This record gives sequence, structure tokens and C-alpha cells, in this order.
Amino acid sequence: MNEFLQGGLYGGGIIVAIMSSLLFVLWTERKMAARMQSRIGPTFTDPLGFLQAPADVLKLLQKEDIIPEKADRALFNNAPLLGATVAIAGAAVVPFSATIVGADLEVGVLYLLAVGALGVLPVFAAGWGSNNKFALLGAMRAIAQSVSYEVPLVLAALVPVILAGSMKLSDIVAYQSSHHWLVVWPFFLGIPAFGLFMLAMLAESNRIPFDIPEAESELVAGITTEYTGMKFGLFYMAEYLHTVIASAVASALFLGGYDGPIAPGLWWMVLKTGLLVVAIYWLRWSLLRFRSDQLMALCWRWLVPSGVVLVVGAAVWVVFAG
Amino acid sequence: MTQLTVTAQKRPNPYLSIDSLDPESELMLLHFGPQHPSTHGVFRMDLYLDGEIIVKAVPHCGYLHRAVEKLCEKLSYVQLTPIVDKNDYVAPMTNEQAIVMACEAMLKLEVPRRARWMRALFAELQRIASHLLAIGTFCLDLGGALGGGSTAFIYCFRERELILDLFEDVTGARFHYNTHTIGGNRHDLPAGWGAKVKAVLDVIEARMPEYAALTIENRIFQQRTKNVGVLDGELALELGVTGPNLRASGIDHDLRRDAPFHAYDEVKVNVAVATGGDCYARSIVRVAEVKESLRLCRAFLDGMPEGPINSGKPTKLTVQTKIPAGQVYVGIETPRGELGTWLITDGTQNAYRLKIRPPSLHALSALPYILPGYTVSDAVAILGSLDPIMGEVDR
Repeated sequence: MNEFLQGGLYGGGIIVAIMSSLLFVLWTERKMAARMQSRIGPTFTDPLGFLQAPADVLKLLQKEDIIPEKADRALFNNAPLLGATVAIAGAAVVPFSATIVGADLEVGVLYLLAVGALGVLPVFAAGWGSNNKFALLGAMRAIAQSVSYEVPLVLAALVPVILAGSMKLSDIVAYQSSHHWLVVWPFFLGIPAFGLFMLAMLAESNRIPFDIPEAESELVAGITTEYTGMKFGLFYMAEYLHTVIASAVASALFLGGYDGPIAPGLWWMVLKTGLLVVAIYWLRWSLLRFRSDQLMALCWRWLVPSGVVLVVGAAVWVVFAG
Repeated sequence: MTQLTVTAQKRPNPYLSIDSLDPESELMLLHFGPQHPSTHGVFRMDLYLDGEIIVKAVPHCGYLHRAVEKLCEKLSYVQLTPIVDKNDYVAPMTNEQAIVMACEAMLKLEVPRRARWMRALFAELQRIASHLLAIGTFCLDLGGALGGGSTAFIYCFRERELILDLFEDVTGARFHYNTHTIGGNRHDLPAGWGAKVKAVLDVIEARMPEYAALTIENRIFQQRTKNVGVLDGELALELGVTGPNLRASGIDHDLRRDAPFHAYDEVKVNVAVATGGDCYARSIVRVAEVKESLRLCRAFLDGMPEGPINSGKPTKLTVQTKIPAGQVYVGIETPRGELGTWLITDGTQNAYRLKIRPPSLHALSALPYILPGYTVSDAVAILGSLDPIMGEVDR
């Protein structure tokens, strides 16, 4: 019973914390994007427009929930829920500090990759269930993209696994705090693997410049074309959750996680994750979008081979220098 | 004046081959528009898709038809300018100029030199504003409303606002100016306006590298636009494509230089030409034309003659003004190409027929030829690069 209670408390606490961090993430992105575009951004929801995200959610909740007549209702209705669930499931194994971790699995990295791969399911369910051509095209693109980028993602995540000799995320962080952060040493493996991981993660979570499945200038809104109200809101939330959790995972795998001087571990984790999130949004608001075939070419011609090279390099490093 | 010759070729008619499509085929018919975020208004394309590859494309226009030409037959000549303002709503100045020039040609009115220079200055400022919008919306098509595309879009709009402010100073309106009258201009330039214009031109010139970095020098932009939507010069001539779209296909044709109107015979116009005919070429032509227009604006400002701004008739033209029977065709170079006005009069106070030749319509007519073989993503890019304004396509 104790274990269940502890798990529930931890899990609930982490979910609440991440959800409320979304408020800040959304506000940061909106303000940052506005400043980049010489705008001001939200101001009316005091203070400083900080309550814009709750206001948006309130608005979405009041919207009429429209289900297309010919939609596959089971798929259509459950896809947003599944999407949000899968997006937040990754948070379970992320060590936010030495003590705050939902479930420190022995196969943490494997779990993360598996949950990440599951993310394609709600997308396809939404695309197919909507019975809309734009949504279907978006879903087709999403599947091709997610399945392809799974490969470099796994390869990039393997580098810290090989170097640390464990699939447990807390072990990987502990290895980094006892040796060096992976982007510091061996940097010739750490930095490329970090870049590869972030690229593949962006592509997996369908963010610009890889947001091809929901390219609104081409496919109206891609998979979310037929969604209204909070169902659309859930997809939207899932996207942001994915970004935040992917950044947290990347900082745990490559940037030393909660390791850092002076301040407590949680602060370092929040700082690193926040910086990565800002970097992602910076990219998002300054880059144009790739075309899907160019994206596939990028993956198979450049990212996968370099991922293979990195994994071999990590193995060689462990044998001869580690 | 360079003579353009068109040699009609045997080309497969893209419309006929659509009818011969096998109904049993696995092609998916995608109604692209009219409610679609990137059709630049209300435009529809029926795309027959094999996966994501376009096999056939059928453009449909007419969703924005407002019967402007018919309306023009019912209104007197001096009432026409505010109506045609709304045709190409991104470049209203040039629309007005086309219609008043047609009327002036019929009345054989001599337009004062200052009015002609002012018109040329307005046209060039309008060209900058229009091209900025074209570049901005093209980025929006490529990069999405929630991403880098919108950043470029808003940068372009920021500078376009400055030009609209300038027009507001002169005419009191930001968009539908109604500043041209038959025989001259309605509003003279306010005092100190020239200095304001120069300040704006300096701002835009200083920010040109920024746009270039976001667009034509950007790697992703180049990947998305190079070798996409290739429109070869001969096809462009056959279809009557004009303006930047024609010049991007390697045809050196610009009415400002080849058939000078306004004050273009007194100031040298350097015509930007690019080869390739793809979306990238169209973009670099537009960026180059903005630069050239900046230079022309300065030249027109510096050389602005003094004098009357209207033809100096003792009485102004009124609603009762009659134009003797006859017909005339006037073509001027707008930001989108040759805007033709064919005016047929019967001696009354209304036009017998007013035919407007919008450059965007001819640009869109290239779509069924150039779209097949590209993907849906490319279709958006190609449509955006042609820079159609549905207001003038449908009229």
C-alpha cells in the first residue's frame, strides 16, 4: 500500500508541477515570439499577460464540441486523450533531482523511447478518425516522420547509455556528475549526440522546422483540422508537454541533469530544461518549414549515418579510454 | 521598345487531360480552398493527388466576383476610381492610375508634369509596399502562421505600414486612396512630406539585408523554392503572364521601360531579370525590384517638378462629363504585371464597356501547367510565389 501511496503522491505531484510549468512555458513563448516579431504579446490578462493560457483554456472549454458526422467516433474522441497521456507518460522516469523521480526504472531510456514511439498512435487515430483528407495527409506525414526519426533518436540516446553503462536515467546523471557532463567530455561524442537527440526529438514531437504533419499553411491544420474546443486544446497541450519533457530528458542525458554547483539539483534541472525550451522556441519562430521529402532525406542521408558513427565511436571510447 | 513575339506551341491541354482521368484510378481529389489559409483569398484548386504528388490541378476562381466591370458601366467616369481601388487591394494606387489614364487618353487631356511625377512616385512606393506583402505572405506560406514564416511576415508588414502612413499623409486614406482624378491628382504633397519619405526609404533600405537573410539567403527557403514550380519563358508568354513572374522566367519585359508612362521616360529604370523561372527566381526578382524601387523613389522625389497638379481646366470634371465615342487600351506596369484597361465609350456619361486585364489572372492560368509533379507543400509555395490577388482576379 505504501508503495502505491508513494507512487501516487509522486506521480500526482510531478504531473501537477509539469502542468503548471506549462503556464510559464506558454507565457514565455508568447512573450518571446512577440518580442522577436516587434510585437508586445498578451497584456490584458494581468499580471503581464501571465494568465493568457488559463484564459485560453477557459475559452476552449466553452466551445461547442463538434464531431463530424462520418468520423470514427471511438478513434476521434479518444485520440486527444491518448495524445496527452502519452506525452506526459515520459515524465515518469525523468530524474528532476536526486530524490524527485516518479519511477527510477532500470530501463528508463528504453521506456522513454517506447513511450515516444507510442506518440504516433494518437496522431494516426486522429488523422484516420476525422475522416478528413487534410487530416489523413497530415497523419500519413506524421507516421513517416515519426517512424523515420525514431532511428536517429534511438542512436543518439544510445551514446550516453553506452558511456554510462546503464539505461537508468539516474545512473546516467550520476555518471555525469562523477565524471563530466557529456557535452563537456567527451565533447566530440557528447555535443553531436546532443544535437542529434534534439533534432530527432523536435521531429518526433512535430515542432517547427519539422511540424509538417500539421503544416497549417498546407494542410489547414493537419490532424487537428476537425477538432474543436478542448479536444484541440489537448493536442495543443500534448505538443507543449512533449517539448518540455523532451528538454528535460535531453538535459538529463547530456547536460548533467540535476548536477550543478551551489544551488539544489531541482533548480539546475529547471534551469537547463528552461534554456532548452527557449532554444526550441527560438528556432521555431525564426525558421521556415521543410518539405516532407526533404525531411526524410535529412533523416536517412545524414542523421542516421551520423548516429551510427556516434554509437560506434562511443563503444570505441568506452573500450579504449573509458 | 522590345517586341515580344509569341509562338504558339503544341502543348497538351491540361484541362482536357483531366476529363480523361480514369474514374477507377486511385487518385484522391483534394479540394484545396476556397476556405484554406494559404490560397491568398478565396481561390480553389481541385488537386488530384497520387499520395502527395499532384497529378492534375484545376484552378477555380470567381469566389470573389463583385461585378466591378458591370458596375463601371453604370457609374460616371469620375466615380470609377474608388471602385477600381478595390480590385487589386494590395496596390490600389496603380489601379486608379490605369483607369484615369484610360479616360485621359480618350479625352486627350494633357496631364501636368508634376502630376505625372507624383503618380510615378506613388506607383513606386506602392510597388515596394506590394512586394513587401508578397514576400511576407510567401514566407507565411512556406513557414506557417505559427513559426518563422510569421516572423518574416510581420517584419515585412512593419515596413509596409510606414508606406501606408506616407500615403495617409497625402490622401487621408491608408488603403483606398481615391487620389487620382481624370487629368491629374486630387491631393498635393504636403509640406515636409519628401523628408518623411526619404526617412522611410532609408529605414527600408537598412532592413533589406534582414529580409534577405530571412528569405533568399536562408538555406531552408532555398531548398523549398529552388527548382520548384518552373515556369518556362515561352509558356509564360503564351499565357500572358507578366510582371515579376515573367521576368523571373528570363524574359526581359517591363512596361515601365518598354512603353513608358507617367515619368518613366525621364528616369532610367533598371529591370530585374532572373533565369530559372522557379519560385526562387520569382522571389529574387521581387527583392531586386524593391531595391530598384527604392532608388526610383529617391529619383522621383529629387526631381519632383513644381507646377499644377491638375490639367488646369477652368471647371473640374463632373458626374455629367461625357467622353466621345471610341475605344482605347492602356496598359501599365503594376507590381503584379501588366494591368490593362480597355475602355469602350459611346459618347454618353457612362462607359459602354470597361474590360480590366488583371495580371494575377494570367499568372494563375499557369497553375495547371506547372503544378503536376510537385507535392501539396510545393503547391502552396508555387501559388504564393505567383503572388495572386484574388480581388483583381475575380473583379
